[in-house]
Formats: sequence, C-alpha cells, structure tokens
Amino acid sequence: MTTAAGSPPGRAEALIELVGVGKTYRSGPLEVDALRGVDLRIDEGEYVAIMGPSGSGKSTLMHVLGCLDVASTGSYRLAGADVGQMDEEELAAVRNRRIGFVFQQFNLLSSMPAWRNVELPLSYAGVARAERRDRALAALARVGLAARAEHRPGELSGGQQQRVAIARALVTEPALLLADEPTGNLDSAATTDVLALLAELNALGRTVVLITHEEDVAAAASRVVRILDGEIHSDTGAGVAA
Amino acid sequence: MNWRETIRTGWDAVRSHRLRSGLTMLGILIGIAAVMLTVGLGQGAQRTVTSQINALGSNLLVVTPGSTTGANGVRGGAGSASTLTLADATALASHDVAPDVAAVAPTVQRSEALTAGTANWTTTVVGTTPEYAGVRARTVAEGRFLTTDDVTAHSPVVVLGSVTASELFGGGQAVGRTVNVAGVPMTVVGVLASAGSSAATNQDDQAILPFTTAADRIIGGSARTAVQAIYLQAASNEVLPGAYQEADAELTALHRITDPADADFTITSQQSILDTANAITGALTAVLGGIAAISLLVGGIGVMNIMLVSVTERIREIGLRKALGATPSVIRRQFLVEAGVLGLAGGVAGAILGGLAAFLLSHAIGQPIVVSVPVTIGAIVVAIAIGLVFGVYPASRAARLAPIDALRSE
Repeated sequence: MTTAAGSPPGRAEALIELVGVGKTYRSGPLEVDALRGVDLRIDEGEYVAIMGPSGSGKSTLMHVLGCLDVASTGSYRLAGADVGQMDEEELAAVRNRRIGFVFQQFNLLSSMPAWRNVELPLSYAGVARAERRDRALAALARVGLAARAEHRPGELSGGQQQRVAIARALVTEPALLLADEPTGNLDSAATTDVLALLAELNALGRTVVLITHEEDVAAAASRVVRILDGEIHSDTGAGVAA
Repeated sequence: MNWRETIRTGWDAVRSHRLRSGLTMLGILIGIAAVMLTVGLGQGAQRTVTSQINALGSNLLVVTPGSTTGANGVRGGAGSASTLTLADATALASHDVAPDVAAVAPTVQRSEALTAGTANWTTTVVGTTPEYAGVRARTVAEGRFLTTDDVTAHSPVVVLGSVTASELFGGGQAVGRTVNVAGVPMTVVGVLASAGSSAATNQDDQAILPFTTAADRIIGGSARTAVQAIYLQAASNEVLPGAYQEADAELTALHRITDPADADFTITSQQSILDTANAITGALTAVLGGIAAISLLVGGIGVMNIMLVSVTERIREIGLRKALGATPSVIRRQFLVEAGVLGLAGGVAGAILGGLAAFLLSHAIGQPIVVSVPVTIGAIVVAIAIGLVFGVYPASRAARLAPIDALRSE
C-alpha cells in the first residue's frame, strides 16, 4: 500500500471531516446499522474512491457525504460547516452550492435539451437566465459536448449522457464532485472516457469522491477507502488497515 | 427559482403530457362552461323579468282587495273580496289626502267576447279612467286614449290593444269602427302602441273602456261600484314609500280598520314585485349553479388525482431536483403551479366553450343568456383556485419526499 496521496493533517484544508458517524435505519421492529463509527477526512483536491460490496454501507456513506441524508450519530463538517445542525432548506443550499452529483442512472430530465438539464442547479441557485445559459454552455464545452447542447438526453449515447450529467455537476463550481457508480451503466469505452474526464477535473484541483464496487474503476483514484459492514476496513490514504 | 421560472417549468410539465393534461382540463372545462351557462341563463331571465316589470309603469303601486274571511273563519285568497270601491279611488286621488300620489287609475276587468262584423275575439276588457295611460306607461299609436268626458258621459267608446285591433279588423283601420263588447256596440277611438307581452298577460291584447261604461254596461248589478285594482303612481321614486304610507293610512281609515292584520286590501309596489321575481330567478340560478358547481368539484378532484399520479411517476425527478438544490418549498411551488396551470387552461377553455354555448343556446331557445365579463373572469379565477386547492395535497407530498427515497426508486 502506498501513502503517496495521503493527507497528513495540516498539509491541506480538510473538505470533509466525519467523526464517529453512525447511521441506523429502522424498518419495523428491526434496527439496521448501516454505518458504525466512521471517521474519515478528505482534503481539498483529493481523488478518493470509496469501495465496498453491496450492503457494505457505501451508498449510505455517499448519501451522508452528499447531504442527501443526515447521520444518526457523530458529526459531519463539510468545508468547515456542521451539516448535522442544518435543516432541510440549508441542506438543499449546501447540495446546490458545494456538491455536484453524478449518478449511475444519469438522472437527466428527458423533456429538456442538454443545456437546460445543465442549467437546472443554477436556476435553484437564483442565477439570472442569460448567465445560466452561458455557464451551462461553458460547462458542456468543458466536457466536450458543446455541439450537443440542444439535444435531448434520448438523442445522446450513454457516455454522452453521463458527460452531460458531469457538466451539470460542474456548473455550480462545487467544492466536491460526488460520483455514485458513474460508470455502472456504461460500456468500457465510455467508462474510460468518463474516468479520464474525472481524472482531468481532479488534476485541475477539483475534489472527487467516487463510489464504486469495481476494482479497475477504483484504481483511477489516488486513494481508496474500503467499507465493510458499515465500518472503514482500509484506507490507502490514512494508511490504516484495520 | 423565481415565479416566472416556476410557471415556465409547470407549463413545460403540463405540455409534455398532452393527453393526460387535456383529459384533466376537460373536467374543469365542463364545470366552468356549465357554471357560466347556468349563471348566464339566470341573469338573462332576471333581465327579462325586470324589463317586463318596469314596463308596467314607473313608480307604481297597486292596491288590490284583501282576502275574505268566511263565517266559518276560512280565509279566502287575496283579491277574493270586493272591498275596494270607486270612492276609495276618488279619495286617493285627492291631493290633500295623498300628496305624494300623482295619479290614480281604478280598474275593473273581465274576460269578454268582442265582435266586429264576422270577426270574433275574446280578450280582457278593462274599465278605467284616463289616468290609466300615464300610470301604466301606455301610449296610443292611433286615435286617442279615454278622456274625462268619456268617463263622465258613460260614453260607449273603446281603446284596443294592437293585437286585439288586428285580430278584429285585420290590417285595416280600426279607429272609428264599431265593435260589440259583450253585445254592446262601442266605437273604437284609439289603438294602443305595442308594449310587449309578459309571460302572464299579453299587454297588447286588451280592450279599454271608460270605467263608468264598463260598470253600467258590462259588469252591472250590485258589483258595479266595486273596483278590482287601483293603480297609483307616486310623484317620484323618492316619495314612493310616502305614497304607500298615505294610501295605506287613508284606506285603513276609510274602511274603519282598527287592527292592521284585518286590512281588507293589499298594496303592492313594483319594487316588491321585482324583488319577488328576482328572488325566484335568483333561487333558480343558485340551484342550477350549484349543480354545475358540483361538476366543477368533480373536475377539481380529477386534478388532484392526476397530480398524485404525476408525483408518483416523477418521484425520481423530484429526488434529482432535490439533490440539485431544490428546497421543499420550491418543489411544492412547482407542483402547485402545475396544478394551477391545469386549472387556468381548463378555465380559459371552459369560458370560451361556455360563451360559445351561451350564444348558440340563447338563439336556439329564444331566451337571453347573459355572459358578463365579471362572471367570465370570476370563472377563470375559480378554475385556477380549484387547481391550486386540489394541488395542495399532491404538492406537499412531493415536497415531503426524502431525496434518497426519491432517488432510490426505480
């Protein structure tokens, strides 16, 4: 294991700080501990892959990191702000400004052309219409789809759709790019394509957190965190092997 | 996300499901059209009735005999007694007694057969005084109306309604001709200008005689001094209540009535007739409108149904929008606006259909249907409100969805 991409405290600003985070789901009389005492620190500019088999809790971790769900115990600071204390409206604002999501299913709205999908987060941020269009087109150009701005998702290939989704994630200039199995629905060529794009974005300073269960996808990241049974099993960055 | 933005999003959503949106709107559309039609029909009826009652004459009071009470205590219907006399009319005509009464016209009337040559026509024969023309707002088209001399001289003259004249004399000249009223020959001295007909009586089909002539020659017997109705015209609309009071007081004194409950006469004002008629047409409109409103309600439930389906179907979209930063209130607003847009579109289409149907139907049934601008605007506003009201529940369901649950659903 290498510690080359490690993050000794104090070297860079911490973007993500999880301390003793637990998440318990209650389904009827059953209580399921999806996360148990997770401590995790991710610094700005890192490219981290979170790995684990299904049911390991990696999706729950991704939801907590993405402020889509709130931890039951422990604390989560994103860019210095305590997310655990936020209400729905504030969480929505954090998702809008600080996090760009990329999903396995792309989650593009099929009734809108690509550029309008990309501008959607900006409209929730209250950006004026003309500026929104400019920024959406710039983001599409950034992912190499400037010529496809007026195409609807149905007229694009899987790889192109995922690139539109990445453009949408980038358009608000978020601190964190959170990709949940971004290549899960793509063929190998498109996978290479998307991973190259993510690596390129990271090289330009964007923090990328990638959730996957595929080793070769995780290999693209400079740090791999493995989750098993709701706990961190290994972390190449921290050099911890439990 | 500002309102314009939200409305655009709502409109896009409505447009992207054309068939479904169309069917939902249909419910609202039919409801709005039905309400507009029934309200229009009611207003049309009201307008007709009002103009008919106003045509009776202005500032009019009508004194009719009260009810009789038999020995066994059974009270007859209003007008069953013959307690009004010519003396009452004469008293009311006195300026000292009733200063606010401008004109008085006592009348007797009965249905009689009129003949002229071979023509035979049965109509209402009215015995009255020259004041009748002014009080009832009648004018003569040909010849003259009755004069005071006709009354004092018991002249055998008659003024015919326009319909009566043409029934008896065809299109020919009526003035100067002789007509037999109940077998008594009378000279036609005038023909009334048309006043139009109401549902109850045809104002253009009558024969008017001097009161005295009618009493002597047509009515006869002990009833000859009895009067069936006394028409009073108040000097102005302002003094109508005064005229009413004066007439009431004078008749109460003349008839030696101690308890007002025993009054053997009734005074009706034009306004009270109008009020009664309006109350009836108003109630009718309310009932019909109520039935139509139920269909509107059903349309609203349709909106709710479709919006709930829409929320369930677009659960992923809602999750995505939340992940991208939409707050619960933005999501709620989006679905509310969508429901409102459905209501608005249904309302506008319903108003157009209602207006068109009113136009066609009023020609088909010959009854005016009033489509007024306030009602049309009101209908559209109501349609939007229905969309919004029935959209509240689906919208808050969408707003409450947890983003992960929404994203997770396949």
